[in-house]
Amino acid sequence: MAEEKLKRTSLYDTHVKYGGKIVDFAGWELPVQYKSGVIAEHMAVRTKAGMFDVSHMGEVLCKGPDALKNLNMLLTNDYSGMHDGQARYSPMCNEKGGVVDDLIAYKHDDQCYLLVVNAANKDKDYNWMKAHQFGDVVFEDISDQVGQIALQGPLAKSILKKVTAEENIPAEYYACTFDKDVAGVKCMISTTGYTGEDGVELYMPKEDAPKVYEALMEAGKDDGLIPCGLGARDTLRLEAGMPLYGHEMDDTVSPREAGLGIFVKMDKEDFIGKDAIEAMGKPPKRRKIGLKVTGRGIIREHQDVFQDGKKIGVTTSGTHCPYLDHAYAVALVETDNREPGSKVEVDVRGRRVEAEIVKMPFYKRG
Amino acid sequence: MSDPKELLYSKSHEWVEMIDDTTAKVGLTDYAQNELGGLVFVNLPEEGDDIAAGEPFADVESVKAVSDVFSPVTGTVSEINEDLLDSPEMINDSPYEAWFVKVEGISEKVELLDEKAYAEFVDSLSEE
Repeated sequence: MAEEKLKRTSLYDTHVKYGGKIVDFAGWELPVQYKSGVIAEHMAVRTKAGMFDVSHMGEVLCKGPDALKNLNMLLTNDYSGMHDGQARYSPMCNEKGGVVDDLIAYKHDDQCYLLVVNAANKDKDYNWMKAHQFGDVVFEDISDQVGQIALQGPLAKSILKKVTAEENIPAEYYACTFDKDVAGVKCMISTTGYTGEDGVELYMPKEDAPKVYEALMEAGKDDGLIPCGLGARDTLRLEAGMPLYGHEMDDTVSPREAGLGIFVKMDKEDFIGKDAIEAMGKPPKRRKIGLKVTGRGIIREHQDVFQDGKKIGVTTSGTHCPYLDHAYAVALVETDNREPGSKVEVDVRGRRVEAEIVKMPFYKRG
Repeated sequence: MSDPKELLYSKSHEWVEMIDDTTAKVGLTDYAQNELGGLVFVNLPEEGDDIAAGEPFADVESVKAVSDVFSPVTGTVSEINEDLLDSPEMINDSPYEAWFVKVEGISEKVELLDEKAYAEFVDSLSEE
């Protein structure tokens, strides 16, 4: 039986050099943490800066005169009215209203958009887009050519300014610039991130990623910049209340159920899943809630949630959140009582642990 | 950190301090705490609980995962280390001071290694 070889980003040797503990993530060999550990890496992003290799993410170009029409059919959000260099997040749904993936689309110009998708879903997404395309449009998978580095934290931009001119960095949130010189490498700079902190994501030809990475490490060494792995990436996004595909949503969960209703524009004439989402109602019966653990224990994913003795749903994510120094979880439940302050119990490996419904996000910067 | 010579060690990386023939203190070794990473939570048994050699009697949680701690001995828990409940990071900082439980009425033990044999065992793991 042929063994599927794990893939490596162009930063693999860099991770080994910095002491990364390499694991298998969605078919890629990536560091879950470095010698500093998940907690120190998480705290670095919240208080100074941290750097992530996110080159495993998928990148698909959507090009042609019908690019916008195709995006608006594929995605629940409305992509009209964007200026060049603007970014917008959206779920991508199937006909039943379930989420195929969530992604960010960056507008280069009226006939060219860059779609950035989850690594684990890249092939699925690309095939989906091609299967549903219409008119004069081309979808091109450029993932194998693109490297991506995320630089996140309160000091991220000041570190970046040491290796690129200030005017290259977009002033707006959720915006991007193209072909900007960063440490001698032409990069796309976007003011996006998956941590809840200020910062950027840089896209470059993958063979140039190590050069940019090392230049940033040098530029940030006196600011406390450290490399961060996938472990911290998960604790940061969860603490900041950001959803993760495969947890908060999947192809059996619709955007409104996952708390992503604001990214669903029902006044668009049509999009894949529109009728199904409409039929589920507003709010739908199942809904995401945030939980703060009040008992003893750490609530994690796939644990049953009980309210007044009755099972109401299941947790989708949960961990000890390092900055808040407390355990939090997210669950998908069906109940009439989602009031913050209401008590639930979660079955943690056979033991009931008490938690309280809280508003999300758990952490918000500033 | 070198492992204390007066302790005995299990192949599942627990240390045992025999106080007398039938009483012992149990904890996790330096190798174990390093493999587990920063610990944020500990689940201990209760005083009076019976624990069995080779079976899990406690668990520890890092941010990413839960791991069982296996009992090197069969006996009854006479004391638990409450300090660990508030400060699980003690296990990482001082693994040989961070005892989990005191066990009495010990009848059985798993195969226990002395410091030298345990060090060789740990070396063999990194060669895999």
